Amino acid sequence: MSNPDFTPEHIAMMKGVLIEHVPHAKAIGMTVEDAKRGEAWLSVPYSENLIGNPETGVIHGGVITSLLDNACGIAVQLALAERQSIATLDLRIDYMKPATPKLGLMAHTHCYKVTKNIAFVRGTAYHTDEDDPIAACVGTFMLAANRAMPVPVTAEAAAEAMKILAKNKEGAA
Amino acid sequence: MSEKNPIDVNALMQAIPYARYLGITVDQRGNEITTVLHFSQHLIGNPVLPALHGGVIGAFLETTAIAQLAFEFAAGDASAAALPKPIGLTIDYLRSGRPMDTYGRAEITKQGRRVATVRAEAWQDDRSRPIAAAHGHFLLQAADDTAP
Repeated sequence: MSNPDFTPEHIAMMKGVLIEHVPHAKAIGMTVEDAKRGEAWLSVPYSENLIGNPETGVIHGGVITSLLDNACGIAVQLALAERQSIATLDLRIDYMKPATPKLGLMAHTHCYKVTKNIAFVRGTAYHTDEDDPIAACVGTFMLAANRAMPVPVTAEAAAEAMKILAKNKEGAA
Repeated sequence: MSEKNPIDVNALMQAIPYARYLGITVDQRGNEITTVLHFSQHLIGNPVLPALHGGVIGAFLETTAIAQLAFEFAAGDASAAALPKPIGLTIDYLRSGRPMDTYGRAEITKQGRRVATVRAEAWQDDRSRPIAAAHGHFLLQAADDTAP
């Protein structure tokens, strides 16, 4: 897995395609921090809007759900040979400890198996140390779930990102 | 539970910034509550369909479960500090969430001394066609050793 799947320029290019068209991801400030074939690292900054317990300032579990769901979806996209629409079938989340107030969240997800119809993903949410997780998840996604594809910001950015994805998959296959 | 002075679950939920941010209110009638996720553009995950973000639906079901636990077990002076904490949540996505209001109901399947098991369901215009269902375990605060 040590092959440098995506250069920083590639990742910057794909950020637009993978996040910009998802209004909720944009609204809470989700960012693709890093990407590899079948793997994604996403972040969400701490914000008062996202607090689940006003007395402690701890982020709501639902924010972690959104982050992991989105990061799982991106890991699936990065594992597929060609871009297709996907839909979450199920997602199980285990909360290991409350998030620390004022710290941003990170998620690392890995799509470890793709079959004809289903993709399997697991991931963790953490602050800085992945070995000290806040939450872990496993999920399954339906492939070719519907005909409607998410709209990229610009057609050029999409075409460029798809080229990068295709090239890297060729190289890695 | 509700024979004695039911708590104002909606007020409790409005004290949670993230519930406010998503636009979740609680409709409390007699001894039942229904949570409402008011549609807004920032809840969209796929603008082409368009469909609600899966994470938003998960967060809504989690909030629905917490609201139900608070409604049934919280004392009259309940504050947000006493909210149960999620331990694990499994969400089944059944249909795509369309750009409209979503409703939620939860049922406590088992309440132990420390942990409660809850099922929750979300639907839109037809309750017999749920868009998502979840079941989860929640740590009840009174039994939480780590609480201050």
